[in-house]
Amino acid sequence: MSQAVPTSAAAGPGPYFALLKPRVMSLVIFTALVGMVAAVEAGASLHPGLAVVSLAAIAVGAGASGALNMWWDADIDRVMARTATRPIPQGQVPPSEAAGFGLLLSGLSVALLALASNYVAAFWLAFTIFFYVVVYSMWLKRTTPQNIVIGGAAGALPPVVAWAAISGTAPVEAWILFAIIFLWTPPHFWALALYREGDYARAGVPMMPNVAGEASTRRQIFAYSIALVAAGVAPFAAGFGGYAYLAASSAFGAGLLMLAWRVLTAPARSKDAAKQLFAFSILYLFALFAALLVEDLWSLYARA
Amino acid sequence: MRAPEDNSTPDVEKGRKARSRMIALGLILFILTVYAVTILRIGGNIWDRP
Repeated sequence: MSQAVPTSAAAGPGPYFALLKPRVMSLVIFTALVGMVAAVEAGASLHPGLAVVSLAAIAVGAGASGALNMWWDADIDRVMARTATRPIPQGQVPPSEAAGFGLLLSGLSVALLALASNYVAAFWLAFTIFFYVVVYSMWLKRTTPQNIVIGGAAGALPPVVAWAAISGTAPVEAWILFAIIFLWTPPHFWALALYREGDYARAGVPMMPNVAGEASTRRQIFAYSIALVAAGVAPFAAGFGGYAYLAASSAFGAGLLMLAWRVLTAPARSKDAAKQLFAFSILYLFALFAALLVEDLWSLYARA
Repeated sequence: MRAPEDNSTPDVEKGRKARSRMIALGLILFILTVYAVTILRIGGNIWDRP
C-alpha cells in the first residue's frame, strides 16, 4: 500500500531533514571524525567541546550543500527512480525554500566553524560547499562524464576540514586521506552507474557508461581501483597508519581489486559484479577509516 | 494567477506547528551553542579581568 505524501503546506520537519542527505552526512561525520582524531594523535589539540561543535558544523555544512544540490537538481531528480522520492520532486518542500534553507545553513555552519575552531577550517568548509554546489552540481554534472571524478573532491574534503579544525593547518597527512576518498569516488559511482545506466540516460546526465560505453567504464573502474588501493596503503607509508591499518588496507584492498577485476571481465550487460563492487566499496572505505580511528584512539589511550 | 492554498485544514495546521517548533528548537540550540563556544574560547581568561 502506498502512503499519501503530504503537500508542502502540511509537511512537518521530516522532509527538511531529508534535504540534508542524512546518509551522506553520516559518512561525512565519520571521515571528519577520523581526520580530527588523527590530527590529535599527530600532536594538535582543541577543547573536546569545541571539537564536537566543529564536527557538528562540518556535518551541517555538508547537509546544507546537499539541500542546495537537491534544489538545483530537482528537475533531473524527478525523472530518476533513485531520486524521485526526494522532498522537492514529491512536492513536500518548495524549491525556493530548499534553496533558502541550504543557503542559511551554509552560512551558519561556516560561521560556527570559524567561531569554534579557526578561519582555515572555515575556509575549507566554505570551499567544500562551493565546490559541491557550483563546480559539481551546477557546472560539471550535466556537462562532462568526468563529473564525479572532479566533483569527488567535495566529498573528499571533510577530513581536511576536520584536520584543519583541530590543528589550524592542512598537512600532507590530511591530503592523503583526501586522496583515498577522491580515488574511491570513481569506482564507487561508476559501479552504481553501470547498473543504473538507464536512470542517468533518462535524466540526460552524462555518466561514463552512457558516454564512453560499458567496456571503457569497466577499464577505468579497474584502473582507479589500482590507484585507490595504492593510496589506501599511503597512510602506513607516511607513518600515520600502523600495522593494523596496513593489514586492513591490504586485505580490503585485495577484495576491492578482485571485485573490480570481476567487473572488468564480466559478460556485457551483466549487472551483478557492478552491484557487488558498489556495496563492497562502501565497506572498503569504512574499514580503512575505522582501522585508522581505532589505531589512533588506542595510541592516545596508551599515551594517556 | 495561482489560487492561494487552503491554510485551514487540520493537516496543514499540524504541519505548520511542527515546522515552527523545529525552527524554534534550532534557534535555541544555535544560541546556546554560540554561547557555549564563546565561554569555552575564553576559557580560564574569564576570571582574568581588572
